[in-house]
Amino acid sequence: MAVATAARTITIAEALNESIRLEMRADPKIVIMGEDIAGGAQVEHLEDDEAWGGVMGVTKGLVHEFGRERVLDTPISEAAFIGAAVGAAATGLRPIAELMFCGFLGSCLDSLLNQGSKLRYMFGGKAMVPVTIRTMIGGGFRAAAQHAQTLYPMFANIPGLKVVAPSNAADAKGLLTASIRDDDPVIFCEHITMYTMKGEVPGGEHIVPIGKAAVARPGSDVTLLGVSLTAVHALNAAETLAKEGIDAEVIDLRTVSPLDEETILESVKKTGRLVIVDEANPLCGLASHIAGMVASRGFHWLRAPVGMVTAPHSPVPFSPVLEDAYLPNPQKVVAAVKETCSKAS
Amino acid sequence: MNLSQDQLRSMYRTMVSIRNFEETVKQAFAKGHIPGFVHLYVGEEAIATGVCSALRSSDTITSTHRGHGHCIAKGCDMNSMMAEIYGKATGLCKGKGGSMHIADVGKGMLGANGIVGGGPPLACGAGLTSVVTGSGDVCACFFGDGACEQGTFHESANLAAIWNLPVIFVAENNGYAQSTPASYHCAIENIAERAASYGIPGAVVDGTDVFAVHEAAVEAVKRARAGQGPSLLECKTYRHHGHFEGDQQTYKDDLYKSVSQGKDSIRDFRALVTQHGWFTSEELDAIDQEARQAVEEALAYAESSPLPQVEEVTSDVYVSYP
Repeated sequence: MAVATAARTITIAEALNESIRLEMRADPKIVIMGEDIAGGAQVEHLEDDEAWGGVMGVTKGLVHEFGRERVLDTPISEAAFIGAAVGAAATGLRPIAELMFCGFLGSCLDSLLNQGSKLRYMFGGKAMVPVTIRTMIGGGFRAAAQHAQTLYPMFANIPGLKVVAPSNAADAKGLLTASIRDDDPVIFCEHITMYTMKGEVPGGEHIVPIGKAAVARPGSDVTLLGVSLTAVHALNAAETLAKEGIDAEVIDLRTVSPLDEETILESVKKTGRLVIVDEANPLCGLASHIAGMVASRGFHWLRAPVGMVTAPHSPVPFSPVLEDAYLPNPQKVVAAVKETCSKAS
Repeated sequence: MNLSQDQLRSMYRTMVSIRNFEETVKQAFAKGHIPGFVHLYVGEEAIATGVCSALRSSDTITSTHRGHGHCIAKGCDMNSMMAEIYGKATGLCKGKGGSMHIADVGKGMLGANGIVGGGPPLACGAGLTSVVTGSGDVCACFFGDGACEQGTFHESANLAAIWNLPVIFVAENNGYAQSTPASYHCAIENIAERAASYGIPGAVVDGTDVFAVHEAAVEAVKRARAGQGPSLLECKTYRHHGHFEGDQQTYKDDLYKSVSQGKDSIRDFRALVTQHGWFTSEELDAIDQEARQAVEEALAYAESSPLPQVEEVTSDVYVSYP
């Protein structure tokens, strides 16, 4: 399959597929593995094109180009295959493993908590684990408590892991490429509702560095900070606020770990107000960490308490009316910004 | 066969109730009336029915993402089930769990489960409770062929064996873990053979034959209740629909399709009991009609039930949390 050399508008799923395809062409040490990642293993009549290519179709067609030697369907054995991806990475491959839903972390936690994240440190820097774990985060699909979680704070709490969560198609391609090439284990978080979102994506090689937040919209009155889907909520909220005379700056975090503290602080220095939007649970979470960091390093710039729009301290409910109430959305962000601005000194 | 007329009637009613319930869910889902994902049990009715008809009401079961059939066979109320699948306040879990987490602890139904392989450890826990309290209850643990490749299954089977727990491990082998054939994901043909490595009895059963399932389950329950420990039943079956609703099922080969079409537990049951003169077709038709009506009522109940109040988002997280 030809990959475009010029920029064009494609979906996030297509952007991810393109990144993996280009990297696999360039590096024979890359293998991908996961449940139904090719799909229909051993079923001859499928001939690859009709196969699932993962439950969301992100890896569709890759088995056609790279064969089943490099595109590995796995049993439903997360402990074994996430662990195998870590082991293969430590011994010279550069695997990309798909942990279908991040809630399945429960089934393979040891591989990431005690093995992949710590091998390098425990071995005195004499090992490296260049594995990329792609996993779905987020609610909105009415998938209930085990399939709609947002666990990047949990991953980020583990030293040794890098944690990435893009909000648009171009970053999806660029950050996944950077993740694959990174020599450390990277947890790459994809929001379940965003695969069909379209955006302009550069053709050919495209890299977005890990650990660098983006100022997605410049502004002067308040800083809105989001990551993955909440960065999109922040941008939408900023449009609404602009009509009401509030000029919001939006920071798309893009990487949760390592955290780009400087970009956040620079913005807060400029605006004096910060509202953090985070779909994860709040206790010991991303929003509270950033609020703490800003209080610690930029308190003197704050003109109002830091606002936070997060999920509540509860599992994700099933019923749509409950899930909608649970999730952050642009309306909640607008309300939080107005409250923050009303408290300004 | 050692089954009374009443038992046979009850088993048939359970099977047709499950079939009707699932086909109704399928239609409602296609119309966009049901949120989220649904995984249907059509084709596998004889397993839940055959096993649960060997249990008493105080026994427990653990289930899977394909859990509606287990619920019905364990005696859950279909109105509250349908309301749960619709996300309504009157649902078994107040609309918080949905299809994938439907549960009724009061009925001994310890939950459908979104985590493949989530059930077996819980079943060991239920078995332990039985042993410690001396209740004499057993736990039937349902899981698919996919779950057999999870470490939790192996660890639980071994734990149940060394602790002599009253657990019946019921592998529902429908040939596919999502789209991945069992012939690929499993190194051996019969999962039941793994029982030897845990030192427990293992049996392969035709999972489309409710009598065969029931007979094997009765034997396993008897052992468990008598303190003789766990068993592993592998029920070979066929999933008539997709992994989830909306799955195009391109991975199903022609052989699977033709064999699964030839295997229908309900049709086979009807043929057998009418041949033997135990029931007339009219009697069975009347049961069909009752089941259809009950499912229609469940649907109407779900549709007319109120939505949950948004305050429910943060309730039930803890028993108490200041």
